[in-house]
Amino acid sequence: MDGLVQLQKQLVDYTASLFHEGFLDEQFNQLQQLQDESNPDFVVEVVTLFFEDAERLLNELSKTLGQPSIDFKKLDAHVHQLKGSSSSIGAQRVHRVCISFRNSCEEQNVEGCLKNLQQVTHEYSLVKSKLETLLRMEQQILAAGG
Amino acid sequence: MAMALETQFHVLAVDDSLIDRMLIERLLKTSSFNVTTVDSATKALKFLGLVEDEFRSFESSVASEIHQDVDVNLIITDYCMPGMTGYDLLRKIKESKSLKNIPVVIMSSENVPSRINRCLEEGAEEFFLKPVQQADVNKLKPHLMKSRTKEENEQPLNNKRKEMEEIYSPNKTRLRCSS
Repeated sequence: MDGLVQLQKQLVDYTASLFHEGFLDEQFNQLQQLQDESNPDFVVEVVTLFFEDAERLLNELSKTLGQPSIDFKKLDAHVHQLKGSSSSIGAQRVHRVCISFRNSCEEQNVEGCLKNLQQVTHEYSLVKSKLETLLRMEQQILAAGG
Repeated sequence: MAMALETQFHVLAVDDSLIDRMLIERLLKTSSFNVTTVDSATKALKFLGLVEDEFRSFESSVASEIHQDVDVNLIITDYCMPGMTGYDLLRKIKESKSLKNIPVVIMSSENVPSRINRCLEEGAEEFFLKPVQQADVNKLKPHLMKSRTKEENEQPLNNKRKEMEEIYSPNKTRLRCSS
């Protein structure tokens, strides 16, 4: 019984820290509220989709920026998608970098875009690892009878 | 066996983003709506029975309306989609005799006043900023109740033609999503 309570407290603290550090925002709470007994895997499903989507888009961004002649419209379209999906799951820091990234695309600023790509890749890997930890903790709680 | 006083409302959700389709579907279902999701405006039009007749060579496009048993009470669509935008979809619906009374709601991740006004002027009931919240979805029922009452009060149109045809002016201008 003690172990479960401890796990639950750890999860609460961990989640709070993610909000506090700006990795996640209120939208993530909305996602959790949409999960219930009839849709017990909703958060995992959406987060997994986000990972797949983000990784695909980051690849595309990298490819597009690697072309001899950069297609800024295409770049912007990809960033727009990533901006949308990160906003939809509450990945605040990723979303913020995407906003800057779109500005760089609009200005056709190659250096700016390269920097933004680096930043968004970094922010994405951070939030991915944190979400994976969070989901793992939730699984542990479920397994412990929570 | 008791008869249900009202059938569930059926919402058609249109969004090219899979994540957003999942979200809107969940949001709508928690409000007890029946939900159909499609990933493009073209698919939405097909679902609604409004299909463009490619074989006619008129100067202006002709849309034949196929009588559909599908009963959609509300359409909620993303604004920015590849190909046909949510705005184009809104226009086509409002130009259609059989579909124009279906309330349409537009969603967008961008807060652009001119975009919002354009959609509202074209007949959208609401404009929701993404990410869409439960509070937004809660605003939908009144629009649906209003349509249902309207339907019940309207006299059936006297239509001698078996197949309804419409001619609408071709919309050649593609609106860029960033405008």
